[in-house]
Amino acid sequence: MIDAQIGAVVAVAVVALVVGTAVGQAVARQARTSAERLAARDLMARIGAWWWMIPLMVCCLALGWPGVVGFFGAVSFLALRELISLVPSRRADHGTLVLAFFVAVPVQYGLIWGQWVELFMVFVPVWALLTVSVGLALRGDPTHFLQRVAAIQYVLLVGVYCISHAPALLMLSVPGYEGQEHKLLVFLVVVTQSSDVLQFLWGKALGRRLLLPSVSPTKTVEGMVGGLGSATVVGTALTPLLPWSLAQTALLALGIATAGALGGLVMSAIKRDAGVKDFGSLIEGHGGVLDRVDSLVFAAPALFHLVRWLHATP
Amino acid sequence: MQLSAALPRLVPGLIRRLAGVHPRWVGLEPLGPAGHPVQRLYFANHSSHLDTPILWSALPAAARARTRPVAAGDYWDRDVRRWLPAGMNAVFVDRCGVAAEACQPMEDALSQGDSLILFPEGTRSLEPRGGVQPFKSGLYHLATAFPAVQVVPVALANVGRMMPKGTLAPIPVRVGVTFGPPVPLRPDDDKSMFLRRAHDALEALMSQGGTP
Repeated sequence: MIDAQIGAVVAVAVVALVVGTAVGQAVARQARTSAERLAARDLMARIGAWWWMIPLMVCCLALGWPGVVGFFGAVSFLALRELISLVPSRRADHGTLVLAFFVAVPVQYGLIWGQWVELFMVFVPVWALLTVSVGLALRGDPTHFLQRVAAIQYVLLVGVYCISHAPALLMLSVPGYEGQEHKLLVFLVVVTQSSDVLQFLWGKALGRRLLLPSVSPTKTVEGMVGGLGSATVVGTALTPLLPWSLAQTALLALGIATAGALGGLVMSAIKRDAGVKDFGSLIEGHGGVLDRVDSLVFAAPALFHLVRWLHATP
Repeated sequence: MQLSAALPRLVPGLIRRLAGVHPRWVGLEPLGPAGHPVQRLYFANHSSHLDTPILWSALPAAARARTRPVAAGDYWDRDVRRWLPAGMNAVFVDRCGVAAEACQPMEDALSQGDSLILFPEGTRSLEPRGGVQPFKSGLYHLATAFPAVQVVPVALANVGRMMPKGTLAPIPVRVGVTFGPPVPLRPDDDKSMFLRRAHDALEALMSQGGTP
């Protein structure tokens, strides 16, 4: 799945990373106050994590279909773990949670592996919903029943269903673009992740007004506007990889960057409510897996359905 | 390195990784001066069979080597059941007999300078987020018999959700292990006053610990 175009994207990303590392080190050397040192360390940790996230993603793409499905399956499993760790549950929920981890995740990604498009789209919203509801009711513990069912179903939708739309992009068939659908995934990842980084940088550089301090104490209006604008530019630069005109690509980039930013706000609300800053600590400097993919959660289904609607397939 | 020598280091590391444990020490240091272990009586809330291996794994290696979990000999009675706690060098006590006799194996271990991991509720709670049950008196007997040993509360979060009582399939949630400041034994303490203070210290630590 790696060709000259993707090679060029990776090369640009690596150059950006080298520049970022150099800038980060300069900032760290300049830092005088403890707040500056903390910000510099935060920046360096974020940059450092990308040094192994980029090779990992390239390896998965090089492995092709199994690599992509396996990668996002693992991401879903870890995201589900972080979400369920925050959700209160009772003893009666245990069997259903075992099914969520060890049945729902493999089945959802198995359906993508086998390219069962119809079943992939209804498995969590229909079959998991019925199973979770019945499973909890049969255990005979009605305490906070609606909240418990809702929480489990919601984390399945967010952690498994939404994220699985990223590898599902490869199942789409766009006329005249056969065999290149994986570039839609590259587009999604590059736009959402650069939007994250650019929002952070714009926020650090110009951030004055807080966007929604009760939900996210760090996101600023300036960071959001600057990040979305520059992520749209980054996405538009990928036009040669995609089956759309410059204007269409720019609109789609703006659309998924916005969906991603709003998804990030939703995840912030969950974290705020649970009283934690980061979802986990798997990736140094990046909080948990979910802190990295929170923007992908809403952007992936948005892109998947926009492309289906644009091309009326499959 | 021989396998037998590597296992005591690999197993706790693996448990920490799988359970996502990042132990927190609030108001005390993991080890004493010069990295020597301090003799302690760790007591924790109990809601899962995994409580013991997770707390044991959360200790620094030097302290773990001198720390023995207390296991109910009447429950962990034979075969595989016996090997699991025995692998952590457990002290077996009999919950069915006379209280004073039941304490004897724990007193022997403390006399040898070892630390203990104790669940003073005596059994596992059913609901993962239910309150802490009343304490059995063993904690008080040991604290008065060994006043130099620090009595340290340990709040375990989410372990009861990982594998609740009555289930055998664990789910991979992240757990929290928080060590709190030692509970002092005061000269005018009677049994109920000391147990109440230890109980309150553990509950306070659990509520401030929150989710991992």
